[in-house]
Amino acid sequence: MTEELIIAGFGGQGVLSMGKILAYSGIMQEQEVSWMPSYGPEMRGGTANVIVIVSDERISSPILTIFDTAIILNQQSMDKFEKSVRPGGVLIYDPNGITRHPERTDINIYQVEGARLASEMGNAKIFNMVILGAYLKVKPIVKLDNVIKGLMKSLPVRYHKLIPLNEDAITMGMKNVVDKNIVN
Amino acid sequence: MGELKLMKGNEALAEAAIRAGADAYFGYPITPQSEVIEYLMAEKPHERTGMVVLQAESEVAAINMVYGAAGAGKRVMTSSSSPGISLKQEGLSYMAGAELPCVYANVVRGGPGLGTIQPSQADYFQSTKGGGHGDYRQIVLAPASVQEMSDFVKLGFDLAFKYRTPVLILSDGVIGQMMEKVELFDQMPRLKDEEIAENFEWATTGRKKGTERTIITSLALQAHEMEAHNLHLQAKYKTISENEVRFETFDCEDAEYIIVAYGSSARIAQKTVQIARKKGIKVGLFRLISLYPFPSADLQKLCKQGVKGFLAVEMSAGQMVEDVMLAVKGCAKVEHFGRFGGIIHTPEEVLKALEQKIIGG
Repeated sequence: MTEELIIAGFGGQGVLSMGKILAYSGIMQEQEVSWMPSYGPEMRGGTANVIVIVSDERISSPILTIFDTAIILNQQSMDKFEKSVRPGGVLIYDPNGITRHPERTDINIYQVEGARLASEMGNAKIFNMVILGAYLKVKPIVKLDNVIKGLMKSLPVRYHKLIPLNEDAITMGMKNVVDKNIVN
Repeated sequence: MGELKLMKGNEALAEAAIRAGADAYFGYPITPQSEVIEYLMAEKPHERTGMVVLQAESEVAAINMVYGAAGAGKRVMTSSSSPGISLKQEGLSYMAGAELPCVYANVVRGGPGLGTIQPSQADYFQSTKGGGHGDYRQIVLAPASVQEMSDFVKLGFDLAFKYRTPVLILSDGVIGQMMEKVELFDQMPRLKDEEIAENFEWATTGRKKGTERTIITSLALQAHEMEAHNLHLQAKYKTISENEVRFETFDCEDAEYIIVAYGSSARIAQKTVQIARKKGIKVGLFRLISLYPFPSADLQKLCKQGVKGFLAVEMSAGQMVEDVMLAVKGCAKVEHFGRFGGIIHTPEEVLKALEQKIIGG
């Protein structure tokens, strides 16, 4: 199994930390992982993206241009990465802040209202965990208990009290991901 | 099995310095390498092992602090990125001349000048052909993973003390900034002052009664003395080039074409090999680990096995390619491909270059 994924959105949405938690979850189940952030002037504000690879085998290039899955969280990223999904691959997006919905018909498209669900849960910061839940429902590449272990490893101890909230957010995302291929 | 962690390359390098029993790190921050000193400062290694971490007032100050500590037989390290490494060259030439050991890392960014903060491999000439003035060489190790950012610190210190020479870990913004799984090696003890005095007779550890003064210098005003010193250095470099060649190969056994690459370009090229093999192209990857010494004889051997062409892939306008040409001595076609100035080539671009410049060309 090899999953090649890009997560793309604005800085501050938790794109990089979502990737990090996923990578840690992979390590928890003895897989190879790589986490490659966009690195350049954009790290000083604006768009942010990260390429995460989880694999049973040694990972070759950490930098890719075609992905099994793209998680897209703003319009700029939709414009840039909709075309980068492998035919037959997966695109997951949050419609909040999107002005043009994805149009490809050769990939599987899913929608999750991460921003709305997170604010309904009373904490906008768990947005990225709602998205992670949606992703894991579509692509269960790591087990939920390994995600929790990953969270414990990547969060400082003083935030461990927030892990149950994060777990609820993941569950919320899993329940609310909508398969656009059926709806359309 | 050692402790498993998810770390950035820069963080792994810093943690490895502590674990390798380093006595000191002197540095000055610069993107994309600043996590090294940030990690060391946050980790407070003086509480763990007694290791000193100091932010110097400049790169020039940092390398001269390294010179001083190394002269006293200490395990000492510095790191920077391209413009900062240029500033350190005078000190490194002096260290090579005075035969002082140290490990230093360059997390390369695009140049020349202040350049850009994105990854590059355009410091190959500087790293392997001198950098500073005078007839000297240094061992250059090129990590291609976060794991190797850790492992090569330990290896680097071993080689630096074995040969009394600076050892360069030549990384780039990709390896420095990416996170991967890393298995950390166990904490090694720092040497006690008595152990340093006992093991390194060349070190300035305080003159004992009835012994000669220890002088650390790169100066010899008499030309014949300087020539003798240079001959001694050249003999040492010959020993290094005979014993410290490191490389690895992927799918080279039946290869008609070979991609030669190091560091992050080798990772990208490995993906190219996977894609190309699916298309039926018999291509292999020759990944350099030591850039100096350069594995000339092993490339020559591949050439004699019937390889039709070599593609040197590096994020520069063509530097390592010259050493590949010298190695194969015209026995097969050699071409260069690489994006540069902070742009990273993709596996697909490398494949296209292979098809156009080597197979079709």
